[in-house]
Amino acid sequence: MSRSVATPLMLASPGAVLFAGLVIVPLVLTLILSFLAYDHATGIKDSWTLAHYVHVLSDSYYLGIFWRTLRLAALTTLICALIGAPEAYILSRMRSPWRSVFLLVIIGPLLVSVVVRAFGWSMLLGSTGLVNAALHAIGLGPVRLLYTETAIVIALVHVMLPFMVIPVWTALQKLDPMIEAAAWTLGASRFSALRRVVMPQVSMGLLSGSLIVFGLSASAFAIPGLLGGRRLKMAATLVYDEYMHELNWPLGAAIAILVLVANLVIMLAYNRAVEARARRMLG
Amino acid sequence: MGFLTLEGVSKVYGGLAAVRDVDLAVARGEFVSLLGPSGCGKTTTLQMIAGLVEPTGGRIGLDGRDITREKPNRRGLGVVFQSYALFPHMTVAENVAFGLEMRKVPRAERDRRVAEMLALVHLANLAERYPRQLSGGQRQRVAIARALVIAPPVLLLDEPLSNLDAKLREEMQFELRRIQRSVGTTTIMVTHDQAEALSISDRVVVMEAGRMTQIDAPYRLYEQPATAFISTFVGKMNRLAGVWRDGGVAVAGTVLASAPADVAAGAAVTASIRPEKLHLRPMGEGRLAGRVASRFFLGGHWLLTVGTEAGDILVSVPNTGEEPAREGEPVGLDWAPASLRVEADAGAAA
Repeated sequence: MSRSVATPLMLASPGAVLFAGLVIVPLVLTLILSFLAYDHATGIKDSWTLAHYVHVLSDSYYLGIFWRTLRLAALTTLICALIGAPEAYILSRMRSPWRSVFLLVIIGPLLVSVVVRAFGWSMLLGSTGLVNAALHAIGLGPVRLLYTETAIVIALVHVMLPFMVIPVWTALQKLDPMIEAAAWTLGASRFSALRRVVMPQVSMGLLSGSLIVFGLSASAFAIPGLLGGRRLKMAATLVYDEYMHELNWPLGAAIAILVLVANLVIMLAYNRAVEARARRMLG
Repeated sequence: MGFLTLEGVSKVYGGLAAVRDVDLAVARGEFVSLLGPSGCGKTTTLQMIAGLVEPTGGRIGLDGRDITREKPNRRGLGVVFQSYALFPHMTVAENVAFGLEMRKVPRAERDRRVAEMLALVHLANLAERYPRQLSGGQRQRVAIARALVIAPPVLLLDEPLSNLDAKLREEMQFELRRIQRSVGTTTIMVTHDQAEALSISDRVVVMEAGRMTQIDAPYRLYEQPATAFISTFVGKMNRLAGVWRDGGVAVAGTVLASAPADVAAGAAVTASIRPEKLHLRPMGEGRLAGRVASRFFLGGHWLLTVGTEAGDILVSVPNTGEEPAREGEPVGLDWAPASLRVEADAGAAA
C-alpha cells in the first residue's frame, strides 16, 4: 500500500525538483530581494522596506515605461491577429506540397536567434539601411525608423507571427471543409461565409494565439533592447538596466515583480474570458 | 426538355477524367439517384450541379437558364452534405434560419418558416439545441430542414444516409421520401447503396468510371441491367458463360432453357439469372441437378449455393417456415425460361 502511494511521488520528483529549482526558488529570492533596502553608497542593506514599490508606482518615468510596454504588446497582438488569421486561412486552403513549404516558411524564423533577427531589422531600418535607401531612391526624405516604437512593433510582429498562425491554423484544420461550402449553397457570399461561419469557429485559436503573443511581447527583451535603443525602454529592458547599470538590484526586483503580477492579472482575466467563450461554444 | 439538364458535362482533374460526357434530364418533382461505387464520379457530378466544382466541359441548365458558370450562392439549390456540415456554433433554429437570413427574409416570416420546416422534420422541440447535442438521425434532419427552408428548386443529397446505422438508415429512407413527396422538390441523391437507390428513387442513374451507363426506373434497372457491372452491382446475379445452341445456352454440356435470343448458333454468350428466379425442386425434378454447397439464413429468405455441372449457382429461397435442403443434399433447380437472359459476348459474332 505504502509503495503505491510513494511511486507517483517518486516519479513526479525529478520534474518537481527541476521546477522548484529553476522557477520557484529564483522567484521567491526575487520577491525577498524586492523588499530589501538599498543605499547607493553601501549597497543592499539588511532591513525591510516598501520604498522600491512606492518609488516605482509614484514615478511617472516608470509608469510611462509600463504603459508603453502594455501599449506595444497590445498593438503587436492586434497586428499579429490581423495578419496571422488570413495567413492561416490561406495556408489551410493550400494544396499538399505548398502547404508544407509555406508552413516551413512561417515557422522557419523561429530557428534563427531573436538577437540575429533584431540585428537584421536594425540593418534594414537604420538611417542608411535598405528601407531608407529605397525611400531615398523614389525621392522621399530619410525617415527615422530605428530606435522608434515603430521599429519595435515591426520586429515584434515578425517574431510573434508564428505563435498566432499556428493556433489559428490548428483550429482551421479541425473545421469540416464542407462547412464553408454549405454556407455558400445557402446564399452566403464568400465574405459572409467567412464572417458568419469560419470566424466563429477559429476565434478560439485566435484568442489563444493572442494570449501567447501578448505574453511574449510584454516580456520581450532582445527586440526592444536592440531596436528601441537606450532611450525607448520596455519593462524587460528596464529591469535589466536597474540590475546591470544602476546596480540597484532591489529596485529591479520590485519592477520585475510588478511586471509579473500585471502580466498575470491581464492574462488570467483574458484566459477566463476565453474559457467562458469555449464553454458556451463547445459545451 | 427537363427541369434540370446536364449536357455533355465532364470534369478532368490533372489529365484524369473524373466525369465524362454526362447527359441527364431530370423532370420537375422527380427523385433521381446517382448510384455507383466510390470513385465513379457521382459526387463530383453532384458538386458540379451545386456549383462547388467547376465543370471542364458541357452545360448545366436549370429551368431553361444556363447555370454552368454561376456561383453556388446564386444558384439557390439546397444541398445536404455527407458530413451534414452543420454550423456547430449555431442552434438548430439558427442553422435552419441561416439561408433565410442570407436572403434578408424579415424576422417574423423567417421564424414562421423555420418553425414550419422543423415541424416537417419532427424537430420542433429541439430548436434551441446545438448540433453536438443531437443524435446522427436528428442532425441529418436538421441538414435537410436547412436545405429545404429556402424553397430550393432542386435538393441535392450527397450520401445522406451513409453515416447512420442500418436500422436508422431504413427509417430515414422512408422519412426522406415522405418529406420529398410533401414538399415536391426535385431531388438528386448520390449513393453507393443500391437498396437505398432502388427503394426511394423514381429513376436511378448508374455511373461507372465517370460515365452514366444506365438511366432507368428501379424495377427496370433490376430486371434489365444494361451492363454486366450493373447486373452484379444492383442485386445478385448468376452469370454463366456458354454457347448458344438449340434455342438454349450450352454450359459445360448441359443446355439451359432460356428466353429466345437473336444470336447465331455457336456464338459465345453469357446467361444471367437472379437467385430469386430459381426454384428448388426435389432431386431428379427440374431442369438442372445439383448439390447444396452452402446455406445461409438471412431472415426473410435463405441463400443457397448449389454446385451443378454448369458451375456454382446462387439460389434464393423465401422463408416459408420450412427449412430448405441442407448442405450436401442433392436437389433439382427449375426456372421459367423467360427469366434466363442471354446476351452475346462483346466481340463474338451476333
